[in-house]
Amino acid sequence: MAGHSEAVTTDQLWGGGRSPFGISYGKMMMWFFLVSDALTFGGLLTAYGVIRHGSSDAWPVGEQVFESLPMLHGSYPLIYVALMTFILIISSVTMVLAVEAGHRMDKKGVIKWMGYTVLGGFFFLGSQAWEWSHFIHGSGGGFQISAPITVQATAPDGSKMEMSLAGGTWVHMTADVGHAYEHALEHGGEIKIHDGQLHVASHGAADHHDAHGEHGATADAHGATAIPLELVLNKYTLEHKDGKDYRKLSVTGEDAEKLMNNMASHTLAFGANLSKNEYAVQQQYANFFFFITGFHGFHVFQGVIINLIIFIMALRGVFERRGHYEMVEKVGLFWHFVDLVWVFVFTFFYLV
Amino acid sequence: MERDDLIVNDSYSVNARHSEEDGVKIRKKLYMVTLILTVITIVEIFMGVQFKRNATFTWETIKLAFIVLTLVKAAYIVLIFMHLGDERKNLKYVVLLPYALFILYLIFIGIYEGLSVQEMNTTFR
Repeated sequence: MAGHSEAVTTDQLWGGGRSPFGISYGKMMMWFFLVSDALTFGGLLTAYGVIRHGSSDAWPVGEQVFESLPMLHGSYPLIYVALMTFILIISSVTMVLAVEAGHRMDKKGVIKWMGYTVLGGFFFLGSQAWEWSHFIHGSGGGFQISAPITVQATAPDGSKMEMSLAGGTWVHMTADVGHAYEHALEHGGEIKIHDGQLHVASHGAADHHDAHGEHGATADAHGATAIPLELVLNKYTLEHKDGKDYRKLSVTGEDAEKLMNNMASHTLAFGANLSKNEYAVQQQYANFFFFITGFHGFHVFQGVIINLIIFIMALRGVFERRGHYEMVEKVGLFWHFVDLVWVFVFTFFYLV
Repeated sequence: MERDDLIVNDSYSVNARHSEEDGVKIRKKLYMVTLILTVITIVEIFMGVQFKRNATFTWETIKLAFIVLTLVKAAYIVLIFMHLGDERKNLKYVVLLPYALFILYLIFIGIYEGLSVQEMNTTFR
């Protein structure tokens, strides 16, 4: 019936002053911001999934691309990324402990845990800097072959097999061979391939190898450095056929020479940049690495700066005077969100 | 003009306070969650390194396991660390529902699109 109304008291209406969500304005806006930011990251990871599903070439595998540790030789698949994940989880824990201390108005506790959180953030940023540097420099470089070829390959367990490679197959150099080759290219050294060896007649290249004093490189009569040629098949891709493992097959001697001479022009790549990468045929792989981990790293950087500001404010007793530590909770939400995003990046970029 | 958008005395922040005894309980819970998150990460690394190398499980199974473990981790971070589990119901839904709806749709449409692009590429290569 038109005009019908019931009498209501002001208790039943929301007249301001009380949040229907039971939280303060600042915290609610932080939640809304995080939802929108989560959509950005969700969009990026979904875009990665679209490109990956749409790709008809093999996609690089995380545990084969990311298997190095600083200052150590050998293969440690995913250990470094796991360490980064652990650092971020722990700094998330110290953050939530700072929030808890704030609820007890424990100034000393807040300062201590905020300090550890900032420290953890810096550790993560440093780790990421190393990760990027390693990704950009690469571990040996690779190229595509132009014509189909059949070569003799040796599996990591020592068994030999014949591999028929189609044109366009990606072949990688070992770190020793690749670094000498790259060095010679950069310094205009002469590169010759014979007797199953890579001969680099560059003064710079010889110096480079003397400095490292390893790899069994020998200088021949003409002052050129000779390195036993070794190439790797299926270095970064997952290859299982009939329950058999076809990864990291080594090719040496004459067959390696044949592969080197079969190099398709302009496919040689060392490490990764925005136009070339050694990890995959798909340049999007490197681009997504740079964009997703870079955008996340940028968030971590912001988080560390904001945490640092809150740490200094706590130190100066601003929140003590204000009567509550809610600011710590708000930046805590952002910091946990950064951890949350990394959990997904870790799964979808490195694991799956 | 008097502002009416300010919460008087910031009462919600003051309400969030707890005593020393409650603090002990809360910290115990937090340490427990830390342990769970660490164990899940270690399991994920172990799966990534070991299971992909032998053919015990199909790749689809491993992938699904990774996604489930990731969602468990995410749930612990959002509900416990970010405290959303103890917020009011309406806030929980305002945050989670629109996001879940949109992202599920995006993933579905994206993967579907990607797969048909792949089919095109492999058919008319």
